[in-house]
Amino acid sequence: MITRAHKMLFLVMLLACVIMAAVLIRLRNRAQDRLQAEASAAPPSIAEGTSTPPRAVTLYVPNDLDGSLTAVERNLALPGDNNAEARVLLENLVEAFHAPGSTHPIDVASGVNDVYFLPVPQSAGGGQEAVVDLSGALAAAQPSGIEPETLTLLAVMATLHANMPQITEVHFLVDGQPRDTLAGHADLTRTYMAAEANPEPTPVGAGR
Amino acid sequence: MRWTEAAALAVILLGCAQAQTPPPQAPQMPAVPAPAAPLVRPGFVVVLDAAHGGSDPGAHLRSDLQEKDVTLALSNRLRSALRARGIDVVTTRDGDVNPSMADRAGTANHAAAAGCLVIHATATGSGVHLFTSSLAQAAPARMLPWQTAQAAYVTQSLKLESEIDSALAHAQIPVTLGRAYVQPMDSLACPAVAVEMAPLVAGHVTEARGISDAGYQKSVVDALSAALESWRSDWKQ
Ligand SMILES: [Zn+2]
Repeated sequence: MITRAHKMLFLVMLLACVIMAAVLIRLRNRAQDRLQAEASAAPPSIAEGTSTPPRAVTLYVPNDLDGSLTAVERNLALPGDNNAEARVLLENLVEAFHAPGSTHPIDVASGVNDVYFLPVPQSAGGGQEAVVDLSGALAAAQPSGIEPETLTLLAVMATLHANMPQITEVHFLVDGQPRDTLAGHADLTRTYMAAEANPEPTPVGAGR
Repeated sequence: MRWTEAAALAVILLGCAQAQTPPPQAPQMPAVPAPAAPLVRPGFVVVLDAAHGGSDPGAHLRSDLQEKDVTLALSNRLRSALRARGIDVVTTRDGDVNPSMADRAGTANHAAAAGCLVIHATATGSGVHLFTSSLAQAAPARMLPWQTAQAAYVTQSLKLESEIDSALAHAQIPVTLGRAYVQPMDSLACPAVAVEMAPLVAGHVTEARGISDAGYQKSVVDALSAALESWRSDWKQ
């Protein structure tokens, strides 16, 4: 038996539902607009950056069999600004992972969305923290294990620190989001000291 | 009929409204103080932490082999081998479950262990990878911050790692050594080493052997139990 009061109550609740849905949809649209605005204000792509003549850089490529990092010299035309320079360095590093006969194979063609820089407050020498935004594709293709995941992080840190010594700290994101681990092991919640990956004088993580 | 349609619409609208709400934040590890560092220890106890389990399969080692099963099998075999040598063993899991990192550290720290092994397996590399915490050694204290409890044990962890390294070398199993950035290592209030077993890649002294090769697993378990046997006489020094 549905009384008039029941009908009224139901209509009021229905109206409340419609209003709530409308408000939430509007909020979502606003958030989307904001994200799009932020994305369009992001730094220009590498292609648009001004390139300088090629210079010698050092990439640190891991060897999974002995846990070492090997210095590989390359001549690269690096763009003028820091973000794009770091991104070109790391894209070349990921290409080395992907290359045939790689000693640290990761089956992905492109692995870094972006690199951002933040000042390190307590740093005397104007040190910077590099926030490396890895692609979800790299994280998905990264072989799971303490050693392979640690070596990927160390290779990124060593390559950044060797070529851009102002980078003293490194923090990792995946597709713009914080993540617990790279592929189930290596901790991505912490900020790393870039010098921890210093491959000199003995190879990092080298065995006997 | 009109009312049922209206009710269905209301349910749909409510569902929409709920779908708009953001997902809950991941829970943060509480910054609670660790249990007091045991100054007077009981007998020689070893903690074995078989990594992953339950909903966390760990690495997919082969299409039919998950890391969580290999780590549990290794933990069980090692427990038997150690008990046969008269060594007390505490495990963080005995079945296909995934205790939280805090629970694993809690079990280990409650045992006041002389040695903690965190057991992993991977399809990458060759032989056994040994890792200690990346924390710097800190002075021992009665109260230890939970998240960096391992700092008071780093020197001892390196000694235990060296003991295991020697035993594996004796068994002609290649070893790589490193510092790990992996949980729950930093929260362990005991000499702690992460032991990650990889397949054997053919080399000048080794032949290729898969990670599930029973003979290879036995030689790793034998080497680990021999190392812990000698650690029993060395750990207090
Ligand atoms: Zn694992």
